[in-house]
Amino acid sequence: MKLSQLAPGQSGIIDQIIGEDALATRLMEMGLLDGEPIEVIGRAPMGDPTEYALRGYRISLRRNESDRVEVSLTSPSASQ
Amino acid sequence: MKPSKKSVALIGNPNTGKSSLFNALCGMSARVGNYPGVTVEQKIGSLLDSPDPIDVIDLPGTYSLAARSADEAVTIDVLCGVQPGVPRPDAVVVIVDATNIERNFYLLSQVLDLSLPTLVVLNMWDRVVEEKHRVDVETLSQRLGVSILCTTASRRDGVIAVRKAIQQLVAPNSTSYAPKHSPREQFPEVFKKESASLRQKLAELQHPVPAVEVDRILIDKDGHFQQKMAKLELPGLLDEIESARERLSTAGCKIPLFETKHRYQWVREQIAGLVDRPPANQSSSSDRIDRWLTHRWVGMAFFIALMFVIFQSITLLAAWPMGQVEELQGWIQGWVEQVVAPGPLRSLLQDGVIAGIGGVLVFLPQIVILFLFIAILEDCGYMSRAAFVVDKLMSAIGLSGRSFLPLMSSFACAVPGIMATRTIDNARDRMVTILIAPLMSCSARLPVYVLMVSAFVPDERYAGGWLSLQGIVLFLMHCVGALVAIPVAWFLRKFFFPGQASTFLMELHSYKWPSPYVLFQRVWERASAFVTRAGTLIFCTSVLVWAAGYFPGDTAPLTAAQKKIAALQAELDAAPAEGSEAVSSQLAQAEEELNLARSALIDASFLGMAGKWIEPVVKPLGWDWKIGVATIASFPAREVIIATLGTIYSLGAEEDEESEGLKAQMKAEKWEDGRPVYSLATALSIMVFFALCAQCSATLLVIRRETNSWRWPIFSFVYMTTLAYLGAYLTYTIASAWGLAA
Repeated sequence: MKLSQLAPGQSGIIDQIIGEDALATRLMEMGLLDGEPIEVIGRAPMGDPTEYALRGYRISLRRNESDRVEVSLTSPSASQ
Repeated sequence: MKPSKKSVALIGNPNTGKSSLFNALCGMSARVGNYPGVTVEQKIGSLLDSPDPIDVIDLPGTYSLAARSADEAVTIDVLCGVQPGVPRPDAVVVIVDATNIERNFYLLSQVLDLSLPTLVVLNMWDRVVEEKHRVDVETLSQRLGVSILCTTASRRDGVIAVRKAIQQLVAPNSTSYAPKHSPREQFPEVFKKESASLRQKLAELQHPVPAVEVDRILIDKDGHFQQKMAKLELPGLLDEIESARERLSTAGCKIPLFETKHRYQWVREQIAGLVDRPPANQSSSSDRIDRWLTHRWVGMAFFIALMFVIFQSITLLAAWPMGQVEELQGWIQGWVEQVVAPGPLRSLLQDGVIAGIGGVLVFLPQIVILFLFIAILEDCGYMSRAAFVVDKLMSAIGLSGRSFLPLMSSFACAVPGIMATRTIDNARDRMVTILIAPLMSCSARLPVYVLMVSAFVPDERYAGGWLSLQGIVLFLMHCVGALVAIPVAWFLRKFFFPGQASTFLMELHSYKWPSPYVLFQRVWERASAFVTRAGTLIFCTSVLVWAAGYFPGDTAPLTAAQKKIAALQAELDAAPAEGSEAVSSQLAQAEEELNLARSALIDASFLGMAGKWIEPVVKPLGWDWKIGVATIASFPAREVIIATLGTIYSLGAEEDEESEGLKAQMKAEKWEDGRPVYSLATALSIMVFFALCAQCSATLLVIRRETNSWRWPIFSFVYMTTLAYLGAYLTYTIASAWGLAA
């Protein structure tokens, strides 16, 4: 599934970044690589962008960016 | 070229405290310029407390050396020694956010490939201690083969050690500081082979390229270095690059994934067992604050309330210091009157020099307060949350939250704001942001608003004195430009820069207490820049305007009247008792003569001629020719209008100019039919004109520099001036219809 489909509080493991363009490169450089756990912290007041936690820091991604990240859901409970 | 002078480059991720460290190392005397041909600011300082002069080059903050634009390429070009005009640094200092070593070490891994003597600075060390992270600095340093120092640059902790280490780093026999190994060595053999053969090929074609840049040509698809190669138009080169990539792909070396994977793997190996952070910082205080500040309703309400409070504070807190400056100015003018004989010199000093400088300095308190707020928001970490909160809104007009910070900074001054657009990686976004940034209400407009608001908006207070009508009008004036910017941005995006929506990858740092050092430094930098401008450009303009208003008319009646008044005054002072009434009436008559002389003088002056010529143009805006002239004179820098109005009204004052402020003089201005020139409608029309007009040569020159073309500053000037005229006309018409013109 896509990272953008995770709800706040859910976490997953990154499977891959789709694409080879500048955006994909930037995502990888920021540490979004396969095998990395990532957690959804919360959404901005207007529903986009979304704050994520990975590698011990926080990053904000828009929906069109998190669409490029494929993840496997690890913690399905939405209220953790 | 002097081979003896050593230099070190300072590099790091954005928001790692790099500028704090730079200032701590070099003091505040950095030389700021531009790298030729690109829009990147070149900042070089001299290392303090160093027996031999050492230059410190502050490179732009970056997450990676992969360059997508000419601007991003400056960093790697400087480090490789191929940037024209900058000798290759003798060493490099990598500044790392100590609370986020893993992500920050990605850049370090790329820097180590350059095999320059390297020093790693773990900054924000206080938070490592506070949050109880464990970092085994000594072992880490041994593994990397470079020395590591820990600092809290915002408090100047550990800075002296960094200065010493830099001196050792560039000392002639410091080979021990060179990194032991290059992470690039772990790249797949197949890639290293392709890279080497491409490098060989380029060398044969008489285009030697450093090895790390050859890597970048291969890895960064459509990146800066590929474009650079394309421009060389070497036969078959681009095809060669493309087929090399295909060969790599079939060999299982996926571009660009393999580089990031290898580097992060290298980082993990280096820090394994040496860097521990406390588990699950899910409920850290920063996250708890964030839950509210980015909350659906609370976050939005907080953002709006904060902006409102900032603009209210500017009016309420600055009142007292402003009064002091005004008083001092009056005192100095009075002193000049006593010391200097009537004539052109006295007029120049009083009406040109002192009125000009004082009229600008009086706004320093507000500028300091506004910059202080911006510095606090930036330093505590809220600025990036504000970008996060408003990103959706910005994306509605085709921009991103990244444009928020440059635009917010433009509320202080469009010049740094436009320069801050360098952080926007999308070229189209950047252009739109540059073109709408001058619409944001900069601090130079503040004097105009404050003058008009304090003179013509009634001083009504609500909510127990905490909410003033003047503050509300001031707030609304700041909104005008921002609101107009929305359709302008939409229009520009639609017709001038069509294309795909921008990206918004942004790191959200945890909150921290702002550092007094950092706040002081930023406020000082910007306030002093304002004063310097006031001292040169504005000063020159006010003297020129004085001259234009004083010449070429006959000044003899004016001087005669002034002398007569002085004589009568002396008579009155010498014998206050006898015949004082007769002398007083003579004095009043002399003052009448003086005012007539002044009016005649300004009417006959160059300024008067120009003003009457443009009066038909500005009359629909509710302006008289004096306002028109002041506006024209303020096209180089809008804050000049205060000085200009001061000069014009001092020269042609109907009241005694030394005791009455500019506001009183403006209120006393009359049309020929006796109606006051200034009404609320006129004041609003002037403010709207100033809100929308491009009256700032510095901004236009920065746009020219940033866009590298005269087209865009001319475009900005034309569209903003047109908007300003229409806006002022509409404002005056509507306000008059509401009966505010009386």
